[in-house]
Amino acid sequence: MKSIYQYFAGMFKGIWSLLVGMSVTTSYLFRPWTIVVQQYPENRKGGRGRSHKKLEMFDRFKGELIMPHNEANEHKCTACGICEINCPNGTITVISDQELVDGKKKRFLDKHIYRLGMCSFCGLCVKTCPSKALSFIPTFEHSVFDRTKLTKVLNMPDSKLMKGVE
Amino acid sequence: MKFDIYDFTSFNQYIDSFLYNNLPPLWAMIVEMVLISVVFLIMYAVVGLFLVYWERKFCGFIQNRVGPNRVGPYGIIQTVADLLKLLVKEMVPIKKADKLLFTLAPFIVIVCTFMTLAALPVSKGLHALDFNIGVFYIMAISSMSVIGVLLAGWSSNNKYSLIGAMRSGAMIVSYELSVGLSLVTMCVLAGSMQLSVIVEGQRDGWFIFTGHIPAFIAFIVFLIAGTAETNRGPFDLAEAESELTAGFHTEYSGFKFAFFYLAEYMNLFLISAVAATVFWGGWMPFHISGLVNFNEVMDFIPPFVWFFGKTFVVLCFIMLFKWTFPRLRIDQLLRLEWKYLLPINLVNILLMALVVLMGWHFGK
Repeated sequence: MKSIYQYFAGMFKGIWSLLVGMSVTTSYLFRPWTIVVQQYPENRKGGRGRSHKKLEMFDRFKGELIMPHNEANEHKCTACGICEINCPNGTITVISDQELVDGKKKRFLDKHIYRLGMCSFCGLCVKTCPSKALSFIPTFEHSVFDRTKLTKVLNMPDSKLMKGVE
Repeated sequence: MKFDIYDFTSFNQYIDSFLYNNLPPLWAMIVEMVLISVVFLIMYAVVGLFLVYWERKFCGFIQNRVGPNRVGPYGIIQTVADLLKLLVKEMVPIKKADKLLFTLAPFIVIVCTFMTLAALPVSKGLHALDFNIGVFYIMAISSMSVIGVLLAGWSSNNKYSLIGAMRSGAMIVSYELSVGLSLVTMCVLAGSMQLSVIVEGQRDGWFIFTGHIPAFIAFIVFLIAGTAETNRGPFDLAEAESELTAGFHTEYSGFKFAFFYLAEYMNLFLISAVAATVFWGGWMPFHISGLVNFNEVMDFIPPFVWFFGKTFVVLCFIMLFKWTFPRLRIDQLLRLEWKYLLPINLVNILLMALVVLMGWHFGK
């Protein structure tokens, strides 16, 4: 008797669990607005529907390394080379030059070279920079047709060291 | 000649008499055969391409994705592009494969689907083969396709293919029983095995309604066993990707693979079409006896729309099974058949016989 009960109880239990699963899938089937996939080239501008929501990257997304400059074309890099030392895969090369200020030799930044194609976006350069001269921006469309275009000079031409940064 | 989208009988007779009046009988017969085969080829291609597209779109929605959406508006030309790709792909020759059987296997599978398709009543008068044993014919032909699967697995000279083919064989042999018995249940209610008679018998109410409880049980059993017979859904052991790479069609490429792929979707269509015909009235519109105006409105919708609509609904159900349930193990699969479906089915036939004998069914 018990086995007969188990036979039918197991069967109806199984059918019930299958119906529960089917109710979940059916509910998603009839609710197309629950789609989570983002449609990439379309959602750059933004449009109707959830899958065309305007694409915005998160604040802390590490897209590309930059050196912020102020309006007077001044940066904070003292060309100390700590970022170059800390970089695990030789992405950064700091080329410095020297000039005479008040009879003393003083180092200043000539070129801060950043190779985007080699960068692993670990963020050690930004973290260790003593004068907070570097930061990441959340851009992400970096593909180019020529590899040499991925090697960038971060300091602007004719830029100077910001006053008060040693 | 009167072209009528509600009844193709006179149209077909007109073409028939036109051909026989203008051509010698042999040539007339050949022309008719070619015409019918062209019609079926077109239907095959359209239905196959649509089903592949619809399945991808359907599972996309279930999984919160978008599905194909690049080729054409809403991706509707995606499957055409896929087909063109498969057509121009290289057919990789297999070392030490049985060349003849390897080439023959996809053709057996696809010929079986064609032969089953011929027996389906699409509309009044649109019915290529109307045997008096139509249901039996469909069962016999659709179980023949397992030979193609077994040949494919055997001739590939690949142990994964062979295991997949053997699983498919064990599965189809056992589930064919349930398909057959659930159809027999409905034949008891219909009193005939001829598909046109079965459809005509549902004029005053589809069998799923007039046969109430036993018909409903038979429909559920048929749906489960039919899903298993198409090698789909939770029963796709024959091509269990995680264990057997691709099962019996691991070694197939290019157009031969396209044949298997197309045949799988055609089997899905055929099983749904048979279910729609036997349980849901085929091309017969929805009638409620007594409501004359309502019945006339329903009659206004052409029969082939009813047929394809019903088939589409059943087909979506089978697709829902595939994208909801996890795959069964081979022992679970056989237990489901031999310990649950078969006893239920046998009791159900008795119940249906009792219902018919005592006149407890509705209608008629």
